[in-house]
Amino acid sequence: MTTLRFTPNLARLVDAPPADLQGATLREVLESYFQSHPRVRGYVLDDQGALRKHVAIFINQELILDRVTLSDPIGEHDAIFVAQALSGG
Amino acid sequence: MSDRLWVGTRKGLFRIERDGGGHWGIASTAFLGDPVSMLLPERGGRRVHAALDLGHFGVKMQRSGDGGDTWAEAATPSFPPKPEGLVDKDPMRGIDIPWSTKLIWSLEQGEADELWCGVIPGGLFHSRDGGDSWELVRALWDEPRRKQWMGGGYDFAGIHSILIDPRDTRHITVAVSTGGVWTSRDGGARWDLIGQGLRNAYMPPESAGDPLPQDAHRVVQCPAQPERLWMQHHNGIFRSDDGGEHWQELQDVPPSSFGFAVAVHPTKPDTAWFVPATKDEKRFPVDARLVVTRTRDGGKSFDILNQGLPDEAAYDLIYRHGLAISADGERLVFGSTTGSLWVSEDQGDSWRNVSKHLPPVLCVRFQS
Repeated sequence: MTTLRFTPNLARLVDAPPADLQGATLREVLESYFQSHPRVRGYVLDDQGALRKHVAIFINQELILDRVTLSDPIGEHDAIFVAQALSGG
Repeated sequence: MSDRLWVGTRKGLFRIERDGGGHWGIASTAFLGDPVSMLLPERGGRRVHAALDLGHFGVKMQRSGDGGDTWAEAATPSFPPKPEGLVDKDPMRGIDIPWSTKLIWSLEQGEADELWCGVIPGGLFHSRDGGDSWELVRALWDEPRRKQWMGGGYDFAGIHSILIDPRDTRHITVAVSTGGVWTSRDGGARWDLIGQGLRNAYMPPESAGDPLPQDAHRVVQCPAQPERLWMQHHNGIFRSDDGGEHWQELQDVPPSSFGFAVAVHPTKPDTAWFVPATKDEKRFPVDARLVVTRTRDGGKSFDILNQGLPDEAAYDLIYRHGLAISADGERLVFGSTTGSLWVSEDQGDSWRNVSKHLPPVLCVRFQS
């Protein structure tokens, strides 16, 4: 299982508890999460489904490469962290 | 007589109320810490809408059904998928126009459950269910000349004024910064660019009278005489007597015809208020004297109103949605970038300071 966690800064705005999920790509993991937490989608992704400009996602402490289609591969035991970028906002 | 008003600020929403002794004060707060870019108390109802600009996490709509005591997230106007390969760039800078709502900049009510919402980067959205869902008005977004709209104070163009004709709610007029004035007479299916007589000084001289690149800062409509519009434009003050088709520029308005905000009396179309500032990049009160100007004769003459406003030097700027009038036309309110808020109960003859310590004020509205 892959773990998905969110910055505490998001918790004051929307209910976004951590979850254990499955998926081969970051997009698949996020879509799986949004099925059970649909409100979180708009906080993380923009209207076109890309990562919001001032949100960052780490896979095992490494920033993702594909912020548009979210195609970064996910391993079975990876840890995904959705962070508030230290920019803009 | 409205004893309640709403103030959206850089750091939250404030409900301001008048007590029996005539004192205006903060009655409640919501969303402290988050910018409230626009708000709408519905006519005669307890439902209130507030648009949040959450920065990193995007814009969100909140809605209250109990007069602002409790709030719940509602649907956010969002853009449909951008067609693959479509070129849609800001004409001035050549960068991609995002098909994503960046800021909710205007919100108005048509029929009972009907809302219109204008956003940056230039989308107009329509809701027929009180904000449960939103639909992009494609006819305006797909209008080829929309691609010539440009950002003014923001990176991308936005719709800041939505006028709904009270006699016919299918007649809608919107103003764009920067992209002129557009009107539809069929509920948004077809749009016409209007605005003969507007004048800009920031384009090449040959384009000064072109209706398209006009930077309306704010446009308001007299409900009792909807043909009468007032506009605070980047280059001056304009009046229209035919719903925005033609405009007349008012020259030499003291102390300055530059500003952002304008309000019109609901039943007296010749009466309007402005809050002038030093143009154009400076944007603070002329000679640091904060005043409101008022015309009662359609713009032939202006009163300079300052009773109750600061005697000391003041550097308050009033944003385009920072001035509002009550439904009966007696009370006005305005709030500033410096976090001050003033109320008048006599059409601007005198003002009372409500607070000097609010966050920067983005929008104000009376409860109708």
